[in-house]
Amino acid sequence: MSGKEYRTITDVKGPLVFLNKTDPVAYGEIVSLRLSDGSIKNGQVLDTSDDMVVVQVFEGTAGIDRKTGIQFMGDVFKLPVSKDLIGRILTGAGKPRDGGPEIIGEFNADIIGAAINPYSRESPEVFIQTGISAIDCCTTLVRGQKLPIFSASGLPHNDIALQIARQAKLIDSDEQFIVVFCAMGITAEEYNYFRHDLERTGALENAVLFVNLADDPAVERLITPRLALTTAEFLAFEHDYHVLVIYTDMTNYCDSLRQIGAAREEVPGRRGYPGYMYTDLAMLYERAGIVKGKKGSITQFPILTMPGDDITHPIPDLSGYITEGQIVISRELHQKGIYPPINILPSLSRLMNAGIGDGKTREDHKSVSDQLYAAYAQGRELRGLVAIVGEDALNERDLQLLKFSDIFEDTYLRQDRDEDRSITQTLDMAWDILTNIDTKYLVRLDQKWIDKYHPTDKK
Amino acid sequence: MSDKGSIYRISGPVVTVTGIDAKMYDVVRVGDEGLMGEVIELHGEKAVIQVYEDTSGIRPGESVINTGDTLSVVLGPGLLTQIYDGIQRPLKVLEEKMGVFITRGVDADGIDMEKIWEFKPVVAVGDEVSSGQVIGTVQETETIEHRVMVPLGKGGVVKEIKGGEFNVTEIICTLEDGSELAMLQRWPVRSPRPYIQKYAPDTPLVTGQRILDFLFPLAKGGTAGIPGPFGSGKTVIQQQLAKWSDAQIVVYIGCGERGNEMTEVLTEFPKLIDPNSGKPLMNRTVMIANTSNMPVAAREASVYTGVTIAEYYRDMGYDVALMADSTSRWAEAMREISSRLEEMPGEEGYPAYLSSRLAEFYERAGRVETLSGADGSISIIGAVSPPGGDISEPVSQGTLRIVKVFWGLDAGLARQRHFPAIAWLSSYSLYPATLDQWYRDNVATDFPEVRTKISSLLQVESELQEIVQLVGSDALPIDQQLTLEVARMIREYFLQQNAFHDVDTYSNLDLQYKMAAAILSFQENAKLAIDAGAMLEDVVNVPARTDLLRGRFEEGYGERIDELVANMNKQIADAAGAEN
Repeated sequence: MSGKEYRTITDVKGPLVFLNKTDPVAYGEIVSLRLSDGSIKNGQVLDTSDDMVVVQVFEGTAGIDRKTGIQFMGDVFKLPVSKDLIGRILTGAGKPRDGGPEIIGEFNADIIGAAINPYSRESPEVFIQTGISAIDCCTTLVRGQKLPIFSASGLPHNDIALQIARQAKLIDSDEQFIVVFCAMGITAEEYNYFRHDLERTGALENAVLFVNLADDPAVERLITPRLALTTAEFLAFEHDYHVLVIYTDMTNYCDSLRQIGAAREEVPGRRGYPGYMYTDLAMLYERAGIVKGKKGSITQFPILTMPGDDITHPIPDLSGYITEGQIVISRELHQKGIYPPINILPSLSRLMNAGIGDGKTREDHKSVSDQLYAAYAQGRELRGLVAIVGEDALNERDLQLLKFSDIFEDTYLRQDRDEDRSITQTLDMAWDILTNIDTKYLVRLDQKWIDKYHPTDKK
Repeated sequence: MSDKGSIYRISGPVVTVTGIDAKMYDVVRVGDEGLMGEVIELHGEKAVIQVYEDTSGIRPGESVINTGDTLSVVLGPGLLTQIYDGIQRPLKVLEEKMGVFITRGVDADGIDMEKIWEFKPVVAVGDEVSSGQVIGTVQETETIEHRVMVPLGKGGVVKEIKGGEFNVTEIICTLEDGSELAMLQRWPVRSPRPYIQKYAPDTPLVTGQRILDFLFPLAKGGTAGIPGPFGSGKTVIQQQLAKWSDAQIVVYIGCGERGNEMTEVLTEFPKLIDPNSGKPLMNRTVMIANTSNMPVAAREASVYTGVTIAEYYRDMGYDVALMADSTSRWAEAMREISSRLEEMPGEEGYPAYLSSRLAEFYERAGRVETLSGADGSISIIGAVSPPGGDISEPVSQGTLRIVKVFWGLDAGLARQRHFPAIAWLSSYSLYPATLDQWYRDNVATDFPEVRTKISSLLQVESELQEIVQLVGSDALPIDQQLTLEVARMIREYFLQQNAFHDVDTYSNLDLQYKMAAAILSFQENAKLAIDAGAMLEDVVNVPARTDLLRGRFEEGYGERIDELVANMNKQIADAAGAEN
């Protein structure tokens, strides 16, 4: 099959090349395009029939003409995987970017990735301590989870992701995480920020970076996360590592998906994004988890910026339906000068209940977290009321809740970028700030926890 | 034309084949690996096939073989406790055959063909039997007796019938006309199984969830839709229903949802004990798990696979509850395939036949007289995941036009951790009118009246809240402040229910009624005390009321609640006395 070069291009449109009169070409097959100036581009078959083949070109179609030679490589896209990937920086297409040697793989892995049999999965239930109170107490992360950060332009999501990457650990084990970092369409400045931070803390030695920057071809972005996840799967399931995958920014990925959809003249779904975006995103996010009989795990931290801070935009919306919760960054808190500006109310960790409680974090964790949520939610609601009627119209309970919500933001949410709080500190602090509310209003707390942990009403 | 053709074109899960002689919905084997597919369109010489497995690496020119069958499930003992993918391949067998990752081209029988069952005939030689009639039983699990029925289209006088140990393919019964019957049957998933007639539902499906049973009940044989944005608790509600509803058989379809969530169900269910039988819940459960990253065409089929299995148990005379989580993912699978077929889209890119497919699916629910004269039912509860939580979109609207119960989830409630986050003002059920007599007979004679009082208090609260938003609650007259306190009690004590708490997770109807009555009793006594001069603050804060509220988390609450209410009322009366 490979070896034969076709010069039968009929159409070039956006990132797509159409050609005819080929031997049978496989769906998903990798394509090499040789331009008249001798340079090589790569692509993949999107549609194939006896009469016509559609190829999506990863590096963009600039310079392609009807004389461009096309070779089919006889196989689907594969990445050579090896433990030597650790510590390397690669391009969005998996080529060395750090001046190092080509990767010689133990084997070549199919980058699309097969679905994990749900029956073969193991339930994620090991608590990961991030040292950030808002996350550890209220949206607890567990190993094998996929928990995205929903942010927006101008907010410190990168700092939070880096802080998590730095501080993430298991309570009673010193196992380190390997970080697989996947950049999609971010600026060189953002990339340098990440790289320098990883270098500064020595984390780079335990990281693999796949980097597709804003000026790299948009189509390449569609394979970058797949390369990152294939690497993560290899390290987790062949070499027992616990892998933390951070990808940023999913919004750029989805925009590339839309670009391809538009070029193929597909019927668009909401806001022009393709109807299969849910399935496509699921093929990435679902590659998190733990499987039976393997020691390693994959935990995912996708970062996405919500266009216009709109959580109902298709990108956060479809992501939220697949991921196991979300951490929502709030512009309002950021403007108040609070770091990390995590709004716990729309944030959620679906796997939290499996990872907390007696023997995992502490027996009172669930109760405390429920109570913080309820009190903070009511306190914030009262702020709106106070703006209209003033504090005088509030009763005792409401005044306490109102005050509580300020204290919560100011002392509990707020912490330094390198402040690493243990889960015990986090829970004790929660009890401390709850003393600002009369015990009789703390209806979410079991009496037995009040008796045991309440700083002043302890028995 | 023959039963063998060759591939002309491949575009994702859609493959076009030439030279094949195929009928619509025939199952075909595609390519050298024999991937399973289904004919969904015919264009002259060409047949369009949706393939249930990944098509990467397949080339034009590879062969396609028509099996001549339509997409079917196998039915017989051994279905219960199984976990299937969308096309009834047991996930456990797939793991044995291909490891932890699902690859392709592997076949697996839906039920174990070798397993031996103890068959007990219930008809004798010389009896006349007809289609759908029960000819014998098998103890399928500890709690469920499998009733072996005469397959459709067969019937006559029994010539020979054998009791004893058989596998599902061995002949257990021969009819005079020579038909040989085994326990195994097949049924095409896209055709509803027949019944004699549909009845109006008249019994509630008791779920142990207070807001559902008390305010918005679902009848056995009814249909309910749960639309809600992500994070509002759809899946938890679906799982609560699968765990606690008093159906005899539960079919749970995880359609295009999260892998870890299915795993949670798979690890949790075998440990859970059915409150009605005292045996593991898994004994009555069939699960279908086609997660979001498994092939979309199989996702499209999963809903039909599930409902066909449900119908099979209904035909035995069981009450079946079917949960589909989420029907939106099913609709999206239809949309994806439709767009690959380049069909003219309807609203938001969904195919124009979306609403009729939804209607056909929900119409397979109902309480029926089965072919054997028994009474069986299927209740369907479908989760809907509207983009952005906006239910004006086609899937939500198509669902709401059909279902009789609407449990609307509210993101605001979820944010306050008010769970289940069902919006009490906008949700509805059309069943109370037909179910009220049942409640009067089986729970309490004034059950419907108590319900009306509770829901009208919630309605009044929402009106008062509008005023409070403007002037603050202290500006309200004291009786309205009391109403707000009572409504708060309804919300925090009655409507909120902790699915993860061992005790609070399930309340029987009797307890639900007592809790509701306790709230009304508080209202009545507090009003008397306040009229006698007591302060609202003192009445609300009597310690016994806190005991009543917190008590719901403790074992034996049902027995203690009367006493707790009496204590509360006494202390409230004392509070009034102290003022005078």
